[in-house]
Amino acid sequence: MKRVLLAIAGLMMSGAALASSEALPYSYQADTSNPASLQRGARNFMAYCSGCHSMKYLRYNRIGNDLGIPEDLLKSSLMFTSIKLGDTVNSAMPAEPSKAWFGQTPPDLTLETRARGADWVYSYLRTFYIDSTRPLGVNNIVLPGASMPHVLWELQGWQVKEEAHGDAAAHGGEGEHHGAPLKLIQAGTLSPDEYEKFVGDIVNFMSYAAEPGKSLRMGIGPKAIMYLLLLLVLCYFLKKEFWRDVH
Amino acid sequence: MAIVPNPYKTTGVLGWIDDRFPLTKLYRDHLSQYYAPKNFNFWYYFGSLALLVLVNQLISGILLAMHYKPSAAEAFGSVEYIMRDVPWGNIIRYMHSTGASAFFIVVYLHMYRGLIYGSYKKPRELIWVFGCLIFLVLMAEAFCGYVLPWGQMSYWGAQVIISLFGTIPFIGPDIVTWVQGDYIPADATLNRLFSLHVVALPFVLVGLVVAHLIALHEVGSNNPDGVDIKKFKDPETHIPLDGIGFHPYYTVKDLVGVSVFLIIFVGVICFAPDGGGYLLEKPNFQEANPLVTPPHITPAWYFGAFYAMLRATPSMFSSALPGVIVMFGAVLILFTLPWLDRNPVKSIRYKGNLTKALTLLFAIDFVMLNYLGMQPPSELYTLLSRIGSVYYFGFFVSLLFIHNFETAKPVPERVTE
Amino acid sequence: MQNAAAGPKGIGPEGASPGSEVDQGRRRFLTLATSGVGAVGAGFVVWPFLASLKPSERAKALGAPVKADIAGLEDGQMLTLAWRGKPVWIIKRTPAMIESLTTVKAEVADPESSVQQQPEYAKNETRSIKPGIMVMVGSCTHLGCSPTFRPDHPAPEIAPNWQGGFYCPCHGSKFDLAGRVYKGVPAPINLLVPPYRFDGDTNIVIGEDQVAA
Repeated sequence: MKRVLLAIAGLMMSGAALASSEALPYSYQADTSNPASLQRGARNFMAYCSGCHSMKYLRYNRIGNDLGIPEDLLKSSLMFTSIKLGDTVNSAMPAEPSKAWFGQTPPDLTLETRARGADWVYSYLRTFYIDSTRPLGVNNIVLPGASMPHVLWELQGWQVKEEAHGDAAAHGGEGEHHGAPLKLIQAGTLSPDEYEKFVGDIVNFMSYAAEPGKSLRMGIGPKAIMYLLLLLVLCYFLKKEFWRDVH
Repeated sequence: MAIVPNPYKTTGVLGWIDDRFPLTKLYRDHLSQYYAPKNFNFWYYFGSLALLVLVNQLISGILLAMHYKPSAAEAFGSVEYIMRDVPWGNIIRYMHSTGASAFFIVVYLHMYRGLIYGSYKKPRELIWVFGCLIFLVLMAEAFCGYVLPWGQMSYWGAQVIISLFGTIPFIGPDIVTWVQGDYIPADATLNRLFSLHVVALPFVLVGLVVAHLIALHEVGSNNPDGVDIKKFKDPETHIPLDGIGFHPYYTVKDLVGVSVFLIIFVGVICFAPDGGGYLLEKPNFQEANPLVTPPHITPAWYFGAFYAMLRATPSMFSSALPGVIVMFGAVLILFTLPWLDRNPVKSIRYKGNLTKALTLLFAIDFVMLNYLGMQPPSELYTLLSRIGSVYYFGFFVSLLFIHNFETAKPVPERVTE
Repeated sequence: MQNAAAGPKGIGPEGASPGSEVDQGRRRFLTLATSGVGAVGAGFVVWPFLASLKPSERAKALGAPVKADIAGLEDGQMLTLAWRGKPVWIIKRTPAMIESLTTVKAEVADPESSVQQQPEYAKNETRSIKPGIMVMVGSCTHLGCSPTFRPDHPAPEIAPNWQGGFYCPCHGSKFDLAGRVYKGVPAPINLLVPPYRFDGDTNIVIGEDQVAA
């Protein structure tokens, strides 16, 4: 009976994976344990994204503490809209007018990687392409009809959609990532590899921002479980001792 | 006024208390001299574990309620406030969210134990009925709790479930507005669900748990063999020959169960609190937006089977009411189990192979239905859900007569190992 | 399978069935060890729960140090600002005001500031870093009302030899221009001097200590 239940559980897991992949062009495993990457990501985010996108649940002093950035560097490199370390990362973009300018207010990004997944954000930042039918001249494979301009165009360069790959995109789902049907027609200041790393740093930082307490809970886990194993051993022997009475 | 000395002849502070409050009496009647069968197995851990998880939810919930703000404008932000700004807030939050799922796993296993060992049969029908009420209230409590973070799933899940009330003929739409306190799930709805979740339903839940335990202790526990241990008692002490004091034997044994459970529980909290998107669902990391519906609305995983049965039922006369009736019926039929099962044999160990097979199939069916309820609809899944729903109800009805088509094994007089 | 007729007397709190040895010492040890380890664990669990009630990051951010620019402060003028939700007064004391502190010394309850109502660097005659600038929390030490600034003198309705100071309208407590409480009033101790420091000559940061030069 237990084996049957396990088999069903296995089916359920794979079913869940199948259901959630939604055929993203790229997969990405966020790494929040690399302080250098997180620091670069923080700097990149503040430089390129925070003009329009707030991270209203994240405080500057938390970034400083968790990423090992001293106060003066924090203030000079990361804080553009605030002077108090305890403030949250707000954006100077006004809500109502931005809706008129872009078609929608740039959303807050604190929880973006938790809401959509690191894969999604990573793919999104890599799949902007030229589309003259759109008001801002760009479109995005992952979010068709996106209201956002390609902020990182200087770094990535310009991509266009390739005609021949329509089929690949169609059967490329089911958890596999076949890359995007895009071609780089104008190089940016970063090589494609450098740009991938650049985006990776930002996504790592955003993953950190989505759950700054992750390292705390993962640090407590092994200690708590070791303690509980000790407790289990003691409880087991205690039980065995008392149950010698029972025949 | 002269005090009647307590019959236990306790002295000191304890004696003072016992003269005024039945403390020693309660300790003896419900712990040291409550004689439980000595052959409890793995399935018997889940009652005490359910109590542990209840305590976890109460304590973590009380702490959360010190920081949470129950208004549509502030709720989502206050949860992130707890996760980031409150010292240890993230751990407390995960204790509560993981605890909710743990509660249902433990309760489902606890109910299954009752099913297979016939713990609902005379004279334990009322224990079972209280248990079913606990299950019902727990579902309401979990539903209310899930709305509180006011994420996309909270909001749209509330929208879907509350609108089920709209299927009631004639008065449905008015009831929906009355429940919501507004024309859509809104600030008024959130506030009242908060009150239900934090005050009203916990009181009812704890009261029902107390009633459940009192009813149990009145008649004594069942056991895996379905044997009545009170039949054979020691002639002098009147203690059941196959009984052992709950304390210390089962208090000490339950500690082992608690330790194992906590290892798994802490493991999930520290290493996988999102549960792969099943314990904390992705859309709920976006603030509720009444104008945008997420692509897949699913109820929490523990409602999967009932949701599958709801969706599987076709609409009739342009109403989704049949589905609602089927869904609630699936819970209500549980109440009738003591009267549906006409098999004179209590425990599955001594029932015939037909019952054993059908019961195993029921477990598989429930798990399958639960899985199907979480998936986006498809023709195949709808067909499977329909078959599963028919089997679910059919199984209960079959208990009326299947014992006539099989040979039971001889039931022992005394418990076995 | 056991025989229904014969058999042991059943297990109760009295202990083992006959025929087996109960090692009470071992039981006691195991029970104590498990209880001890369990208690330690319980302590580790309870601590975060209690700690969660401490001021959150938001409270600490809202209670962050506040900067005040006193460049435009005139002689005898008082500036009020909020720090941690309470009013903080900054007064530019005139030489006459500073002298009055000696005059009223006999009438105040704690002239030497022996009760710790000020940082070490403000434990002096004028209860301040610079004699000419007074910084204190404008919250009466009786029950928390905010006293009125009464630099004017004489004011016989407040006190016979009033030299200027603060009068609390709620229950009549009086304080001098260094926040020292008068004798015979409901308030028990001097007004609180918060941690503060000078950032240059004309800026005061309230909430941060003056680091010794």
